[in-house]
Amino acid sequence: MTETSPDNAAPLPGPDPVLEDMAGVLDTEPERGLERVREAFSAEVDQAIESIENRTPDFDALKQVRLRFTGEKSGVGVANRQMRSLSNQHKKEIGKLLGQTRARITQALEARNEQLETEHAERILVEEAVDVTAGSGHRSIGGRHPVALLQEQAADMFVSMGWEVEDGPEVESEWFNFDSLNFKPDHPARELQDTFFVDPAEAHLVLRTHTSPVQMRALHQRDVPLYIVCPGRVYRTDELDATHTPVFHQIEGLAVDRGLTMADLKGTLEHFARQMFGAEARIRLRPNYFPFTEPSAEMDVWHPNAKGGPQWIEWGGCGMVHPNVLRAGGVDPDQYSGFAFGMGVERTLMFRNGVPDMRDMIEGDVRFSEHFGMEI
Amino acid sequence: MRIPLSWLREYAPLPEGASAEYLMETLVRVGLEEEDVHRPSDDISGPVVVGQVLTMEPEEHSNGKTVNWCTVRVVPEGQEQTLTGEGIDPSGIQGIVCGAHNFAPGDKVVVTLPGAVLPGNFAIAARKTYGHVSAGMIASVRELGIGDDHDGILVLSTLGLDPEIGSDALALLGLDDEAAEINVTPDRGYAFSIRGVAREYCHAVNEEFVDPAADLAERAPAANGSGQPVRIRDDAPIHDRQGATRFVARTVSGVDPEAPTPTWMSSRLRLAGIRSISLPVDISNYVMLEYGQPLHFYDADRLTGAIEVRRAHAGETLTTLDGKERSLDPEDLLITDETGPIGLAGVMGGASTEVTASTRRILVEAARFEEVSIARTRRRHRLPSEASKRFERGVDPLVAAAAAERAVELLEELAGGTAEEGVTDVFDHYYAHEIHCAVDYPSKRIGMEIAESDVIKILQDIGATVVRTGDVLQVTVPSWRPDLLEPEDLAEEVARLSGYEKIPSTLPVPPSGRGLTVEQSVRRRCLNALAAAGLTEVASYPFVSEADNRLFGTPEEGESVPAIALANPISESFGSLQTSLLPGLVQVLKRNHSRGFRDLALYESALVFHPREHLGTQNIPAVGQKPDPGVLADLHAGLPRQPRHIAAILTGHDAQVSPGVTPRAYDWQDALDVARMVADTAGVRLDLRQGRHQAFHPGRTAELFVAEGRRVGWAGELHPQVLKDLDLPERTVAVEIDFTELARTAGAPVSAEAISGYPAVTQDVALVLDADIPAADVLKTLREGSGELLEDVRVFDDYRGSGIEEHKKSLACAMRFRAPDRTLTNDEASEIREAAIELASQRHGAVLRG
Repeated sequence: MTETSPDNAAPLPGPDPVLEDMAGVLDTEPERGLERVREAFSAEVDQAIESIENRTPDFDALKQVRLRFTGEKSGVGVANRQMRSLSNQHKKEIGKLLGQTRARITQALEARNEQLETEHAERILVEEAVDVTAGSGHRSIGGRHPVALLQEQAADMFVSMGWEVEDGPEVESEWFNFDSLNFKPDHPARELQDTFFVDPAEAHLVLRTHTSPVQMRALHQRDVPLYIVCPGRVYRTDELDATHTPVFHQIEGLAVDRGLTMADLKGTLEHFARQMFGAEARIRLRPNYFPFTEPSAEMDVWHPNAKGGPQWIEWGGCGMVHPNVLRAGGVDPDQYSGFAFGMGVERTLMFRNGVPDMRDMIEGDVRFSEHFGMEI
Repeated sequence: MRIPLSWLREYAPLPEGASAEYLMETLVRVGLEEEDVHRPSDDISGPVVVGQVLTMEPEEHSNGKTVNWCTVRVVPEGQEQTLTGEGIDPSGIQGIVCGAHNFAPGDKVVVTLPGAVLPGNFAIAARKTYGHVSAGMIASVRELGIGDDHDGILVLSTLGLDPEIGSDALALLGLDDEAAEINVTPDRGYAFSIRGVAREYCHAVNEEFVDPAADLAERAPAANGSGQPVRIRDDAPIHDRQGATRFVARTVSGVDPEAPTPTWMSSRLRLAGIRSISLPVDISNYVMLEYGQPLHFYDADRLTGAIEVRRAHAGETLTTLDGKERSLDPEDLLITDETGPIGLAGVMGGASTEVTASTRRILVEAARFEEVSIARTRRRHRLPSEASKRFERGVDPLVAAAAAERAVELLEELAGGTAEEGVTDVFDHYYAHEIHCAVDYPSKRIGMEIAESDVIKILQDIGATVVRTGDVLQVTVPSWRPDLLEPEDLAEEVARLSGYEKIPSTLPVPPSGRGLTVEQSVRRRCLNALAAAGLTEVASYPFVSEADNRLFGTPEEGESVPAIALANPISESFGSLQTSLLPGLVQVLKRNHSRGFRDLALYESALVFHPREHLGTQNIPAVGQKPDPGVLADLHAGLPRQPRHIAAILTGHDAQVSPGVTPRAYDWQDALDVARMVADTAGVRLDLRQGRHQAFHPGRTAELFVAEGRRVGWAGELHPQVLKDLDLPERTVAVEIDFTELARTAGAPVSAEAISGYPAVTQDVALVLDADIPAADVLKTLREGSGELLEDVRVFDDYRGSGIEEHKKSLACAMRFRAPDRTLTNDEASEIREAAIELASQRHGAVLRG
């Protein structure tokens, strides 16, 4: 019906002349007059329906057709104007015919209008179609830095166990960074941690070489028992290369309570390792030395999902808190014992998430953070 | 510490055929961490044999070079060549072209036969050269990888060797040995010796250890009055500890200092990482590696009078063995004779008494010097050495006589010397340290039941004497373990020798926690919000230049910025700690820009550093006790203020051009948005005011304030000149917030407001007023003038230009009114609006726009 045949381009013929002079026809043909008017109305309806079917491809054409069959010059229009001049008897008959004719035409027009509107709406939807795969969007999320995300994830794990998270200063007093942690002055251990010193040296301030001074601060500020983790940025005078950076991050933990043992340390680390590396992760301890713990251990983690297959990987250091550390924290080592552990965040990311080069983590290339987004 | 396997085998039951890898695996169980393998046979392989030069014909060649055409016997006369292969002469005599001239027919040399591979992957084959087929090479020490000398080939007689022709030269030179390198932690000074490692090895494999020092000590003659006079006089001990507690002196006369060092000794030293220098030096190094006791050898005939060990006097100098004249510090411990200083005790000897080629009498010194004194002298004079390394970690005070005896015996055996009768042993004191430890304490600390008998046995195995009294063990620690001070130290010994792998896992239950602090959780939410809003978090170093701090660290140009300087920065040009995060972000932005990224929105969260008036404190309290409150307060007060900042920098567009996407260029509003986002996320009310900062555009900068008028930062477009100077893209915008300050008021519970369901009335108002009156002030006035029924008001247009007087602007504001309890009528709203306009007119001279 949307197609328009050449015939349809021709102007629509007017209504049957009978309708233009109904009174005359009824007068001159008393026998058949009424019949002829009826036929003329019927023809008007037929013609209207035929026109609507064939001549209304769009709203403009429909308007023309509507004008032709409902306007002044339509069959209904001209007939209506003659109603007053009809006899009462005919007025009733023809009035009825007129009403029926108008109703049928209007109904057909409305139906068509509705149809056209539906078609129009459908056409617009088709026309408005786009390739949704072509656009790259008005906005996209950026990304958190994975080093920050890993610290948060680790902290959450401990918080879920009832531990708390402590932060502390990065420019730190030598006493908190070394002496309080049982690094004796002039002891070689002090030189193992290549330290940035604040100028002048007599100020005895350093850039903290580990987050352990935060633990000492916590011992001063809180009561025992105490279970805390300290994530944060630390400094050593290493040259930047694929596996070293002078500025990096650690997560350290400290628990001080009555009767804590190395078995508690191992269990805690194992729980942590399973959260970080999967249910099959395990912890292996090897004897080592740190001034602040006794016994001390190096910890390896069995990483079931490591690149290149499951394997033991050096993860960090740990041990039972040295009595001198507890004393410096104002805790009686005869009453309380504690364990502590620490691991490098960057190093953990390297083997947990396969980051190939330490420099990726500090150069700030947007591709690095954006690759991780909000999750690691 | 590198452990040659052949050496260790002399003192520990190392299995036949054990590798360096096996040794490392074994030692790691007792806490000596593996480092590396040193195996010469990885670089050199045979056939490398002893040959005897039969003939040598010098031939001068057209290049002016004279080479020797030699025949070399590589199989004993009368025997058959058993080697086969290309270039191997069945006669047992090889023809070899040799460029060196330092040998003669009859000399025994090292011949690398065709098929051999030398260090540097140098394959030996028969090849044509100088008109001959040269079937092999006569090797120099450098070609064999056992020295630097390349002036001539190695003539074996110079090493005192006369081996059988055809014998394996690799075994002869010790190149079939290998070494395991282990990391010795600072508490285990005794493990810097073969003796100490042998003990640890025995612990690891549960074998009994026989201390070789015991035998030597028995053989060593007792001190008598006829030895070299020695006095120890320390007038200024450090930490009240005498600088020297023992000095053993022995004299050996008739030595030949130029006698060759035997290859078994030089090859072990080489594997241990120490170069062979001369027989006396080699012997002193050998004994040090073997017993952990550093020795010093003096030319006894160059000593004048008695030796005195004392602190230096102000102004004294000493020329050390390396030829450098050193000014001495009154804290330096010296060896002196009547002429003055002759050595820096335990660190380096003096030139005046050095053993030389003409030395005939050697005085052997085996002393014990105090750890801290040696460490300070070593640091002061920058003279790290194998000797100082051992002294700093503590040398066994009881091993000196044994080590001296070992050195004397070696000088007798290898250098032809004779021990003189006089023996000096100045021994101040040695009080063995005793620890009282409950017998069940190790089990309690470790969390594992260890039988009492095992605890006692382990402590005895490490060399301690154990006496049990009731439930307490009186443990006398061995002289070589100064690190064992408290019961905890004994617990580690017990844990380590029982095996860390046996420790079970238990999970302790902490008291109920309180979760994250307000600051911690607010910080996380803010950082997540920024990432969700499209910004990318980066991390940078906090090291900046002074110029960086001068520009970004203070709003006022030319103001000096107090900042922390590092004494030992990575780079002098980045020697300060940041007072602003923007310099770091600028660097990261530039790096990304140079990598082709044009649309960048970066942020960072980190600490900045503001020194207080007093930096640090001189008073550093002692180890092992909680300082007094006053001292602690000093420590706290000396720390710089270190607030956390959050900063961002944005350039380019908020999206990329693509079908249906029209990107919007980042502008100053985006910088302000970041500030608002942080404040809104933190639940803190932020006031923006027109502001100024030297690094920012003077007309496009907001100062950021929180409650009580506390300024927390700036946001806006960076100054065009700054952008130009820093080579940054035009219109780059930035924001920096003192998050610590901002978050200080975060976390208070929010009280809910009733939400009115009645319809709102909206009315607009356009006010003409002076252009320099901030919109924020006008909005504040409208709010004030309207009262409680004004629900919201905002500026929707700022018009200047035709129809408005110069220096004036028209602010069009949309006001929304609503009542909590009824439908507000238009008339009521208009009335409120009029009142608001009236106040604006009074306060700002605002006129309703006609």
